[in-house]
This record gives sequence, C-alpha cells and structure tokens, in this order.
Amino acid sequence: MKAAAFDMVRPAALADAESLLAQPNSSALAGGQSLGPMLNLRLARPALLVPIAHLAVLREVSETASSVTIGACVTHATIADGGVPDIGLDVLARVAEGIAYRAVRTRGTIGGSLCHADPAADWVTVLTALGADALTSGGRAVPMREFIRGAFRTALTPGELLCAVRIPKLSPSVRWGYVKACRKPGEFAHAMAAVLVDLDVTRAVIGAIGGAPIVLEGAAVTHAPDLPGLDAIDAQMQRIILGRAMAQAGLQSADLV
Amino acid sequence: MADTGSGIGHSVPRKEDDRYLRGRGEFIADIRLPGMQDLAFVRSPLAHARIRDIHVPDNAVGRVFTAADLDVRPMQVVSALPGFKISDQPVLAQDKVRHVGEPIAVCVAPTRAEAEDLAAAVTVDFDELPAVVDMLEARRPGAPLVHEHWGDNVFLETVVEDDLAAIRASAPIVVRRSFRTARQCMSPLEGRGVVAAWDRRLEQLLVYSSTQLPHIVRSGLAECLGLDQGRLRVVAPDVGGGFGYKGILLAEEVVAGWLARRLGHPVRWIEDRREQLTGNANCREHQYDVTAYAAADGRLLALDAEATVDAGAYSAYPFSACLEAAQVASILPGPYMMDAYRCRTWSAATNKPPILPYRGVARSGVCFVIELTLDAIARQAGLEPHEVRLRNLVPADRMPFDNITKKHFDSGDYPECLRRVVAAIDIPAIRARQATETGPIRTGVGLAIFCEQGAHGTSVYAGWGIPMIPGFEQAVARMTPDGGLELRVGIQSHGQGLETTLAQIAHEVLGLPLDKIMVVHGDTALTPYSTGTWGSRCAVMAGGAVATACRELAGRIGRIGAHLLQEHPDAVRVGNGVVASVTASVAITEVARTWYRRPQDLPASVDPGGLEVTAGYKPLRDSGTFSYAAHAAVVQVDTELGEVRIIDYAIVEDGGVLLNPMIVDGQVIGGTAQGIGTALYEEMPFDANGQPLNGTLAEYILPGATEVPDARIDHMETPSPYSAFGQKGLGEGGAIGPPAAIANAVNDALHPLGVEITELPITPHRVLRALLAARVPA
Repeated sequence: MKAAAFDMVRPAALADAESLLAQPNSSALAGGQSLGPMLNLRLARPALLVPIAHLAVLREVSETASSVTIGACVTHATIADGGVPDIGLDVLARVAEGIAYRAVRTRGTIGGSLCHADPAADWVTVLTALGADALTSGGRAVPMREFIRGAFRTALTPGELLCAVRIPKLSPSVRWGYVKACRKPGEFAHAMAAVLVDLDVTRAVIGAIGGAPIVLEGAAVTHAPDLPGLDAIDAQMQRIILGRAMAQAGLQSADLV
Repeated sequence: MADTGSGIGHSVPRKEDDRYLRGRGEFIADIRLPGMQDLAFVRSPLAHARIRDIHVPDNAVGRVFTAADLDVRPMQVVSALPGFKISDQPVLAQDKVRHVGEPIAVCVAPTRAEAEDLAAAVTVDFDELPAVVDMLEARRPGAPLVHEHWGDNVFLETVVEDDLAAIRASAPIVVRRSFRTARQCMSPLEGRGVVAAWDRRLEQLLVYSSTQLPHIVRSGLAECLGLDQGRLRVVAPDVGGGFGYKGILLAEEVVAGWLARRLGHPVRWIEDRREQLTGNANCREHQYDVTAYAAADGRLLALDAEATVDAGAYSAYPFSACLEAAQVASILPGPYMMDAYRCRTWSAATNKPPILPYRGVARSGVCFVIELTLDAIARQAGLEPHEVRLRNLVPADRMPFDNITKKHFDSGDYPECLRRVVAAIDIPAIRARQATETGPIRTGVGLAIFCEQGAHGTSVYAGWGIPMIPGFEQAVARMTPDGGLELRVGIQSHGQGLETTLAQIAHEVLGLPLDKIMVVHGDTALTPYSTGTWGSRCAVMAGGAVATACRELAGRIGRIGAHLLQEHPDAVRVGNGVVASVTASVAITEVARTWYRRPQDLPASVDPGGLEVTAGYKPLRDSGTFSYAAHAAVVQVDTELGEVRIIDYAIVEDGGVLLNPMIVDGQVIGGTAQGIGTALYEEMPFDANGQPLNGTLAEYILPGATEVPDARIDHMETPSPYSAFGQKGLGEGGAIGPPAAIANAVNDALHPLGVEITELPITPHRVLRALLAARVPA
C-alpha cells in the first residue's frame, strides 16, 4: 500500500515545529521507522507531517557528573556505535545494538521510539528501568514511568515535542540485567525485562505486555509479579525472562517459575 | 571434448549474476511504458458474503471497473479426475466473495497511491455469510457451502485401498498419530506484478508478468479474454523468485489485459506485501490421521492414512485445487518399502485464498508425517531412528524400483545416503551429551530422508487432464552470423541460474565459449511453447532439449565444416568450438560466417535448415527422475521459553550428475532456508470469521540469515538412467527435509519430558503449550 496524501512542512527551528505540531492531525516525523510503515498501511493518516530529524537541537548530547542527556533524534546506530557517553556498563550501546536491524537503527531514533510508545520497544522498558526523564519542548521533565501512558500513548500534549532524554549515570556498584524473547533477532519481543540494582534502588520492569510496562520496586521485585491479561504461556515467558534478567543482575528468583 | 572447465560438472559463476548483483536487472516494477497508469484493487474485507451493491463515487466513474463492466470469462480449471468439482473463479467477484482479499473492483490512476484513494472511496454493501475456515469443519455435513451448487465442500476425494485386515490383526507395533501443517504464504523477494499494453501495430496484447509460466499464462489469458492466442504475447522479465507462487494465472493479469485494451494506454499492478500475505494464494495446509503397522524389528508392514488439504476457495489455474492432495496420496510412503497401503484424501474448499503448489509440492508435509511416524515406531521398537530407516529404505540393488504407489525410483543408494548423514552428525556424541543434561536446555537430533520426483512428464500428468500437460520440451539453438549461439527455451529462469546451466550444456556439446552463448527465455514471441518452470524439471527437460538441439546443430555445423576442410563429413568432429579432422580444423565462427555471409562457399548439398535448429526432447522414460537426500538436524530446545535453536545441520544429497555443483548447493541451501521457515516460523492463522491475522512481515515470520545454519552438504552422484547426462531435478529437495528433521530433533529433545510435537510450525508457544500440558497429569 501507499500512503494517503499529506502535506509536509520542514520546520527551520524547534519553535516552528512546535507551532506546526499544534495544528490538528499533525504528526512529527523523526526516523520514520515506525511511522513510515504505518503511513503506507494507512494506519496513520496525518494531514500534516513535520520532519524534525534535521533539527540540530534535537541531536545534541550532553553529560554532567550524574547524568547523560541524549537528544530525541539521536539514532540507535549512533548509540550502538558509542556515539554518546556511557552511563555505566555500556548499557545504552548494548541495548541499542539489539534493536531491530542495522538498517532500522541507522534511521530510527531514541525519541521517535519513545513517542511511538510501542510496548515491545526496547527503550520504553530500558529507560523506565533506568529512571530516565523525558525532557519536552514545554520545559517539562517527565519521569519515563509517567511519560509512557499505555500502548502507543504518551504524556505529550498537542504541539509538545520530546526534545531529549536524561538518563542517570550508574554507580560503580550497579548490577543490571536486560533480557528479551524474540522469534528471531531483530523481531518485536514477545517478552522482555530489565532489572536495575543500584545504591538504594532495586527495580524491575516488564515490557512487551500490550500496555505501559509493569514496574516493580524494592522487595516486590523478588516476588512473582501479577500479570493481568496474559494467558498461562505468555505469563510463563514473562516470568522466565524476568528471572533471567534478575539472574544477570545477581538477584535470586526462586519463586518465579 | 577436452575439459574446458566450463562444461557440465563445473561450478562456473552464474552469467546472470553480473546484472543481478549490480542492480541492473529488469524486474516487473522497473518497467516504465509511456502513458502507463497504476491499478489498485478493491478487495473483500470479508471471508464469505453476498455482494448486494457496489457504490462507485460519481467522480470516479470511468476510473473504477467492476464485474458488471468486464466481458471476460472466469478462470476455470477442468480436470479429468473422476468426481472433480469445477469452481469458476471470477476475476472480479460478481455476486459473492469467498475469501478475504478477493478482488471486487479495479481502480485506475496515475499513481498507485491515487488508485488506492479511489479504492478507498468505493463502498460495497455485503450480506455476510457464515465462513467455513477450518478444513475439517468444511467436510462436516451442514457446514456453510463455499460453492452452493456443489452440495458439499470437497473439490475431490481420492482413495487408494489395500486390504489391511490381516496386518491390523497381527502387527506387533501400531502407531497412531494426527499431524497438522500450517497454512503458509509463499514469499519470494519480488511479489507478483503485471504490466499490460495494447500494441496497435501488431494488434496484440503485450503482457509483462512476473511469472514462471509465460506460455501457460498466454493460454489462460486468451481463454478468459476471448482472444486468439496469436493476439497475445506474454513476457516474463527478470523474475525475483517464484517457488510456485508465480505458477498461476492471476485475476490481476486478466483484469490488466482487459483494461489495457479497453483504455488504450498501458496499466500495471505491482503486488504489495499486504496483498501477498492476506489476499493471494497460500500453501501447505494439511491435516493427517495416520496409523502405521510395523513388525517388532521396526519393519514397516502397512500405512493407513486419511489426509485433508485445505484447498481454499477456488481451484487455481492451471494446477487445480487437487494437485496437493492427490500428490499426498501418491508420495506418502516416501522412500520406504511396505506391504500394504491405504490412503483417503480430501481437497476441502474453505473461505481462504486458493492453495498453490509450493516448492516441494506436498512433500514437506508428507515427509514430516512419514518421518515422525518412523521415529514413533523406533521409540516403540527401542531402536535408533536410523536403524529403523535402514530396515525400510529401498536398497540399492533393487533399483530401479516401483514402489507401492507405482512410483518408479530411477536410481540411487538410499541406505548409503542415510549412513553418510548419520556419520556426519555423530549421533553417539549427541546421546552422550543428552545423558548429562538436566537443565532447561535440551539437545535433540533428528533425521529425514526423502526422494523428490522431478521432470515427470506426459504419462504422469495425462490422467489429470488439467490445462497443462507437459509433452516434448523444445529448444531452439541458432548460430548468429558472428558465431555466437542463441538458445531459446520456453521455461523461465526465476533465480535458479538457468541462463548459466543451459549455456554449460551447449558448451559441453559445441565448445563455444560461455560468453558467446545467450539463453533467451521468458517471452512467448521468442521461445518455443513450454509448460514452464515447475516440478524440478528444467535441468532435465530444458537441459535435454538444449543438448538435443545443439547436437543436431553440431551435425549441420560439421557438414559445412567438412566441406570447408575438403573432408568427408564422417571424418570430422565438432567440439571445442571447432570442426576438426585429423589434420586440420575450422572454427565454428567461420562456419557461421560462411552460412550467413558467404553462401557462395557452401556445398550444393547443404541442409537448407541452416544453423537454426528446433528440437524436442523427452527423457527415455518420462515417469520422472528421483533425486533424494537425507537431512540431519541437531537442535537445542529451551524448555522454559519454548525456543528451538538449530546448532548443527548436515545434508547428503544425490541429484545425479550435477550440471553446476555451486548452483546445486545454492538450491539446496535456499530450499533448506524455506524448509526451516515451514518447520519453525511461517504460519498464516485465520480467525473464526476467516480473517487472516498475520498481515505484515512483522507478524508473518520468515527465516533470515540468523535462523539458517551453515549446513554441511555432501553429494552422491548416481546418474539417472533416463536423462541426457544422468542429471536429476533437485530444485525443491532442500525445502522438503527440514520440517521432518527439525521436528524429530525437537521430539528427541523433549521425549524425556513426555512431549511429542505433531504440528507445524514449532513455535515457542506450541512447545510451551505441549510442555505445560505434559506437566498436568491426564
């Protein structure tokens, strides 16, 4: 299928993008790796498409003592290739290199993935587990847990863009686990879990469940999670994947199976 | 002839790869004709419904056409098989739709996107009917009827009947199993497509189509459009994979042909992935109930089977809805001997797209069934699976062998093939590893051995009475005035390297350099009639035809050459690019120059046919060549996640004399990749209303580079006694073995856990479901 007709206006600056995206039925286009197929399948039918990947402000990367901030239009490939500072354990690069296929990583962006908010997307689960914040054009810093509202739903308001994500650096004593189950490398995951044990934080995030990820904190991490809406097989897969992610992070998972 | 390194048996690089690998090929979507417009189809969103009304917006009149506008005949496949029911397949649905994706109207616009806009503006009022989605439900009395006037949903029922009573009463081993294979979507890299234009000068409809069978498409188009076949020319450009998916007459071809004539400008339709996955023909969906009887030593006594094939809504042109099921009945015994055999088959009609023969037609399914059955017998007999097979395979000293269904196995050593693959896979080492495994990852080894009938001809197909029965295969061999050679063949190369292998055969006979030999195919105006490329027939049939034509051409070249050398024709030999006597030689180039440019130098007695020969060929016996292969897979099953990983794969293949071993390996590897898709990944499920559920390649999983192991391939080369050089057809074999070998390996791994998988594909969900069920005491 081919996309239905749409207008496309290329903004010169972020402010232009904001005003264009305040128009009804407009849509930002970053790497286009999800939106492109959706346009062709006519599942997305925006009247106005606003490309933003060329805006330099959205591709900036910065670092402080406690965090790394990555522009929304930085590609997965850039992250996989070590083009952003390491938050610790090379976590971001290792996650990025497992996203889809190289061709998708070359154009797909971290911000585009978060705004698309596919429950099976790596960054949705990983950045929730890492306690990242979404920095928006409205000047908001929204914790990832609140930014992802559900399947394909985010906290962005009309005209508001995701500008960057701010990811806390990990301490030297961090333990981390990230595991996903896919039919083959690069396919959408049917089960995924990320586990972070760092200083006073113990957090497990279960993704690819059809909605916003499930976040378990503290003592709750070591108990079999309630997985509403999953049948026995899908629930087992999620528990096994969680158990394996916990094992990577050095946590016991005796009662998961 | 001296060995030049380019003839039969040499892995010469493929001539066509230069343009393919540089992106310089011309595929259907590369063709641009002046004034060409794009087509999009309004397709049924429902599996089964009556069409009450079709609304075309006023501003779209003249750009949207429905069945009411078309004066074409439906596509129809007749068959001589007794009891066969005909299903007229309208090119645009008239009063009823019978599967999701069936074309209802066609829209014409300057671009595909605009044509899709038009299609979206057309509305259709339906009265939805209950859909019949499952093939076993379809056979039950009272099921909704796909074709009401039939009275049931069975295209054809076949029976092979032996008296099994005595064996039933006494067999020490009885194995009963039900098996199921999934509906798949054949997925060549390039989908289908058609460009149609009316040639005013020739008063001829020119149809470019991505097809395996240009001549058959011409016949089918002529029948539907009511045109003389002389008014039709079908050209297949470079074709990016076929596998059976392009061995069919398309409704879209008929519609495009009609429109090109009606509108006076060229039109084209390029299939997209969504149409390929959800609307167009599927394959491979079988269900089996099998009872096998064996002696205590594992020797097979009898096989009793009932098989249903989900044939979909229509009988596709030209192979019909019944090829698959009738094939099941005739090949289920595989390469094995047995005393008695009974098999009933049904080709069931359902509200799903028509089924088409896919690489290995029915064989991947029957191989899965017989090979899993043999493993079940082995477990009951307490024997290694290969030992049971060795007790049942046709032995080499009984070749040629007529099996229980009268298949004539031409040559080979099946037990040796199996022994070699067993040695390659090192079963004792795997058994030792299994003995130490207690964790969630379990190793298993599985075998499959099968034979593949290729190049079967008139005697096999005459009984079918379908629109294409292969006879003599013809080839034209003609010299050009500068000494080059043109080979014109009616088959179609759609990726398998025939432009190279056929040139190698001509080189073998005449010794002309490969780069001076051009293979012309894919054009009904330039090539002799042929049923086309299917059934692993080209190496044997087109290869034999090319050899025959080149030999006759060599005779004519020799006689002219002898005259030029002032020798008696019996005193010269043609080969290595020259005509040579004991003392002198003249280049074939010079012979060509003489015939075309210096006729004054020709002898008075010269053959006026000159240096252009059309020759027809059939093998010495047309019951087919039987290549065969043994596959062995080692897998690791993650019993917590249900994932299957192939960690080793070995293949021993006997394709007779290999024309180009590198191309053969390519065929084996590519087929194996597709077989892995059948085994582990590919499945098009439908919901209870007949809606296809895997509408994109994100859901319909195809194996890729990371899923296909680096299989180790070993060759035996037992010549066929019937073909021109001892070659056998083997284009499909790779796809046949993997489902059986992998399923047996998975079952070998899961046996200690009380699990046996009998349904394809072996997905993580299926494995886990079986493991969870096994944990619950029955």
